[in-house]
Amino acid sequence: MVAKGMKAYKGKSQVGLKGEIAVWFSSLGLSLGLLMIVALLGVIAYNGLSVFWPKRVVQVEFDPQPASDLGSRSVVAGIITSQKTKSPDSVEEWRLFVGNKDQYGISFTYFDRGSLLNVTQPEGLLVLERTAYGKAIGYPEHISGPTGKIISAEHPNFAQRLGSLVKECQDRGKEIRKLETREIGAIHEALENLRLHQLRLERQSELSSEDREALERIDEERARYESLFTTLATRARLLRDLQISHKLHYRLASGEEIDLPIGEIHQFFYPNQIGFSGRAAVFWNHIKEFLLSEPREANTEGGVFPAIFGTFVMTLFMCVIVTPFGVLAAIYLCEYAKDGVFVRLVRIAINNLAGVPSIVFGVFGLGFFVYWVGGTLDQLFFSLRLPTPTFGTGGILWASLTLALMTVPVVIVATEEALTAVSPGLRESSMACGASRWQTIQRIVLPASAPGVLTGMILAMARGAGEVAPLMLLGVVKIAPSLPLDDQFPFLHLDRKFMHLGFHIYDLGFQSPDSEAALPMVFATTLLLIVLVVVLNLAAILIRNRLRRKYQMAGF
Amino acid sequence: MEKAVNMDPEWENRAASRRQDPPGRSYISVKDYSFWFGHTQVLQDLNLDMQKGSVTAFIGPSGCGKSTLLRSFNRLNELDPQARHRGDITIEDLSIYDPAVEVISLRKRVGMVFQKSNPFPKSIYENVVYSLRVAGKNNKSILDEVAENSLRSAALWDEVKDRLGESAYSLSVGQMQRLCIARAIANEPEVILMDEPCSALDPIATAKIEELIHDLKIKYTIIIVTHNMQQAARVSDSTAFFYTGNLIEYNKTQEIFLNPQNDKTEAYVSGRSG
Repeated sequence: MVAKGMKAYKGKSQVGLKGEIAVWFSSLGLSLGLLMIVALLGVIAYNGLSVFWPKRVVQVEFDPQPASDLGSRSVVAGIITSQKTKSPDSVEEWRLFVGNKDQYGISFTYFDRGSLLNVTQPEGLLVLERTAYGKAIGYPEHISGPTGKIISAEHPNFAQRLGSLVKECQDRGKEIRKLETREIGAIHEALENLRLHQLRLERQSELSSEDREALERIDEERARYESLFTTLATRARLLRDLQISHKLHYRLASGEEIDLPIGEIHQFFYPNQIGFSGRAAVFWNHIKEFLLSEPREANTEGGVFPAIFGTFVMTLFMCVIVTPFGVLAAIYLCEYAKDGVFVRLVRIAINNLAGVPSIVFGVFGLGFFVYWVGGTLDQLFFSLRLPTPTFGTGGILWASLTLALMTVPVVIVATEEALTAVSPGLRESSMACGASRWQTIQRIVLPASAPGVLTGMILAMARGAGEVAPLMLLGVVKIAPSLPLDDQFPFLHLDRKFMHLGFHIYDLGFQSPDSEAALPMVFATTLLLIVLVVVLNLAAILIRNRLRRKYQMAGF
Repeated sequence: MEKAVNMDPEWENRAASRRQDPPGRSYISVKDYSFWFGHTQVLQDLNLDMQKGSVTAFIGPSGCGKSTLLRSFNRLNELDPQARHRGDITIEDLSIYDPAVEVISLRKRVGMVFQKSNPFPKSIYENVVYSLRVAGKNNKSILDEVAENSLRSAALWDEVKDRLGESAYSLSVGQMQRLCIARAIANEPEVILMDEPCSALDPIATAKIEELIHDLKIKYTIIIVTHNMQQAARVSDSTAFFYTGNLIEYNKTQEIFLNPQNDKTEAYVSGRSG
């Protein structure tokens, strides 16, 4: 049947056959491209999400090998992170995440499946996520308070009690953080302002009596703030003492007994007891923590909220700068400039600008924005604070400006295309109605080309949000003490350094002390960066489609 | 309404005398008018007078320059930086190239309807009042009145009065063209230029536009470019036949069609050339 059809077709025309091959080739190209993208996204999504899923913990027994990392231990508990079959003698090799870095000094260890004497999944194993040294895996024994033992692990209410204590400590932890960053931070700021005020007065050549009084007042104020600081610091210390007053006593599978202050426990769960819903709850908690909390332990644990926020604010800020500039430039090129050598040169320059490596923009930004513009601003407006730079150092403003400069060709090209696509008839009609050229642009051409402008913005965003190299010169940091946007006057702190997801990936994967342990976070962060870019793009696309519907052209 | 529309003082001064113009006096004059795009001469030494309240049809084969001449009346050709001209065009004895006359106020006096109906990507209402908006008039009651009057004059009011806020693109092609006519007359111009206004329309829509032209000529002087001989015969009082940038014959429409003086005209109107 098929052969017959083929034959008939072949007989019909040679040209048709050629077209068929072209279709096959082009579809092959498309499918290969799609396959690569889907595979990439799949790998990232799988690895990124599986980080958060609580896995079962196994306990393995083996002959002690004194030369290994584990020394003379013969039992250890851990999570199987990979099972590979080595080719020559087809031995299955397990990689076990053993945690307890404070005791073992390592995160991972390897076993040949054949050398393991016994593999079990004991129900009593507890996974503790700690604020230091990562995860601990062991058997809980009891909780002790300042006066002695409170509750034993055999008690049916043990988990509940531990949970409430952890919660209590976490609330107290928030209070401590608030005390230290907010209230003590405010005192530091007030002291700094006093110092600047004093400096300003002292720099005057002659001091009037009022000035002298003011100086004395400053000293009084300072003493007041300092005593306040002492009070607050004492309170913080007392709270900190409470954090370690209760301790969880647990025993590792290999036998060590450890006391852990409850205040250092972040989260805990029994990996071999909880069912699907319990694991889903832990999964959800992990995701929440990842998205909303700050990083811990050189970024390898905890969340990435500051990085998300930094990326978001920077990208948005970049858009706010790049769009008007790009659109204005495109309007001039497309509507006003007379075609000539100069305009052609400008066009060539714009297209070439898009091909300049981003690090070059970074160097330019550092030299021009940071050192020259920022340095001048510091000289003019913040001279009292020198030698501590305010704008004369990398910050979110300079990073956004540099990225805006880098992406402006994209916006210009896309906008120009959109402007050219507006039918000349519309322009002529508008002019024939007595509109000036600018009125025509403003009322007819720009609204009609708004979808194209947004396309340019989307492309710029996609390029800018994923850029890392220039940022490394322009104020991205491993850990930023504060966000670029907060509830303290003047709310938007453009001079602040910031964290960025792209840099976070680089830092985790290649700069962290234990890059193997950080690998899951690398995947999770990568997934997040992709999701963030997609979300920003989707938002822009939604707006664009709404505009398209509004301004869609008649179909003739 | 007259007050609502902003006018150059120069034009304003002439408005009074215009009303007492004797019929038959020439209103628009083209004097020795030549036109170039770059080095290509499109129009050659044209001389032509048109009367107030008349409909003049420009006919001729494609590329004969009739559209260029039409677009000279509101200086729309000048959007092309290559455009050059010699000679003069006057409306009511005042040159449209007079330095005292701003091109924008000229375009307010000379409305235009294009071959392709190209409503703006706005609502029906905003399309009609666009020329007032760009002139800086935003008084709601005046705009409402202008919109209604213009749409009534364009015989579109009854069809759209309940959907003025809808996009102009929701109209049919014929309605769009009438919307463009409403837009052109919203400013109360004195002259309306029509560049093949019916070429994209079906016969029913065409008939409606032609009827409309009949009604409009009471108030406006109309110049229409058309490729349709019957249309020219039906709607116009005078007809000008152009050939390769030259005005070959200009006369009462009846004369042109029934008794053409020139061979080329005869060949063209009888369908033997062009």
